[in-house]
Amino acid sequence: MSYQDVMNQKNEIMRKALQMNYDQFEGPGIGFDYEKMMASSGYTLEDVIRIQKENNIGSTPMIELKRLSAYARKFAKPGYGARIFLKDESQNLSGSFKARRAAMSIYQAKKLGFKGVIAATSGNYGAAVAALAARQGLKCIIVQECYDSNGVGQPEIIEKARACQAYGAEVVQLSVGPELFYQFLVLLKETGYFNASLYSPYGVMGIETLGYEIAKDMHEKEGKYPEAVICTNAGGGNLTGTARGLKKAGATDTKIIAASVDLSGLHMASDHDFNLKSFTTGHTGFGIPFSTFPDRSDVPRSAARPLRYMDYYGLVNQGSVFFITEALAILEGMERGPAGNTSLALAFSLAQEMKDDEIIVVQETEYTGAGKHMNAQISFASDRGVELLMGNPLDEKPGKNLIFPSSGAMLKHKEVSLDHLRTSYLKRYQETMLFHSDYEYLALELKTTIEHVKKLMEDLNEAKN
Amino acid sequence: MIDQKTYVEIYRIILPIEERSSNLPSDTKRVPFEMRLRGRLVSPAELGDMVEIETASKRIEKGILVAVNPFFNHNYGHYVLMLTEVRDVILSETEDLI
Repeated sequence: MSYQDVMNQKNEIMRKALQMNYDQFEGPGIGFDYEKMMASSGYTLEDVIRIQKENNIGSTPMIELKRLSAYARKFAKPGYGARIFLKDESQNLSGSFKARRAAMSIYQAKKLGFKGVIAATSGNYGAAVAALAARQGLKCIIVQECYDSNGVGQPEIIEKARACQAYGAEVVQLSVGPELFYQFLVLLKETGYFNASLYSPYGVMGIETLGYEIAKDMHEKEGKYPEAVICTNAGGGNLTGTARGLKKAGATDTKIIAASVDLSGLHMASDHDFNLKSFTTGHTGFGIPFSTFPDRSDVPRSAARPLRYMDYYGLVNQGSVFFITEALAILEGMERGPAGNTSLALAFSLAQEMKDDEIIVVQETEYTGAGKHMNAQISFASDRGVELLMGNPLDEKPGKNLIFPSSGAMLKHKEVSLDHLRTSYLKRYQETMLFHSDYEYLALELKTTIEHVKKLMEDLNEAKN
Repeated sequence: MIDQKTYVEIYRIILPIEERSSNLPSDTKRVPFEMRLRGRLVSPAELGDMVEIETASKRIEKGILVAVNPFFNHNYGHYVLMLTEVRDVILSETEDLI
């Protein structure tokens, strides 16, 4: 079947592979009923908690990083330097929070009578789906973007392939390009398996328990909800699910902060750039486009809609995440990540802008190991000509160098303007006639007021004229 | 001759250059879209032959036989001086912490 033939069958293949009719959620204008879609699964938060518990998922430790917090406080003005807590999600089955997401997809696949599941992922989600599928006796295929055109595999992704195979999955390893989606559709059509998408309601509701646990943990330990929770942001599901869970627990004042690794300048579909990045997820190459156009995902309407919940978006560079990964190991005795520590690097910088009695929660860690370990990633980068330097990490040029902070004082972040992201989201509707219900939808999508959406639209149109 | 049921890796071009998506950066446009996959050889063959394998999910896939008994050898990388320097910075700046 040709590329175009398969792409033309996309909607039909997707409908069969999720057994979900997305048309029922569509509104009269540009919008759809997001909450109706999330509720359509029929699972309550209690159901999700129970299903995860049956699979040894959740109830992970909440740890105060006292020495790391004190280190950050050294660089803050008097009375500042928030307490940093860390939810040790690496303790989940398969070593990351992704098991929470996989648990719900697999449960649904089994319930609907599918014989197997397929997921398109180069990250921890693959291992999570493979592990959970193994527990249910389902066949599992993981489709990865893994190699450049010289056949050189990204070591982190090779490690994920190994983990998936360890759980009995078949791993289809592809070269660089968006046609991964084509191959994914071909396999769904051929096998009739369930699409264990990261972006289905199941893929996102599984994370609500993480936000819920954070609120409960902190209330138990400190008698209050945290002032801020930081989520590493790529496809947006992590942030979306965590924020929804916090709200369900009553932590409505907690600020939701997104963190990504800044990979500006590297093209995500470039064969040449593919092996020049030291982070295969949690970076701006996913974080920005999936925030500004969530429906670019592998389902008709994504359940991951980060701009609905985001209060702040901060970027850190690769060298800073490696620095904080080292600090976590030698100050706190926790060898984790590195990709999962993106939010920790941002927390280190942001904590200095918060009062010393405030609490900031970093909501995940991930396992580390051969290939994905920071030493593996840094030596791989240096072997490909990426220069290693000490200095100001904000001067880093992704693909050209890695700059490690020459002091903890140098580990700073950059803010992404939310209005800039909102404007980018709205560009799609510049030529569309919008009615009141559309503006209502956009205000929810962009976590702002109808007036502000109109103002952003006017600015956009002025810029055009 | 490599025996039937041997664990092998195959390679196949999924989309040749001219059939790739039109929306690609120029470097990616110049190379085909490829797949690598592991499984058990269905019939005896030689390296370089077009073969069929049975995958872990019991599918049959076709491709060129490129490796016999493939294994993982990814590791923790070589010594990185800069990480020692990072460690020194962190340790010296936290010496006075309790």
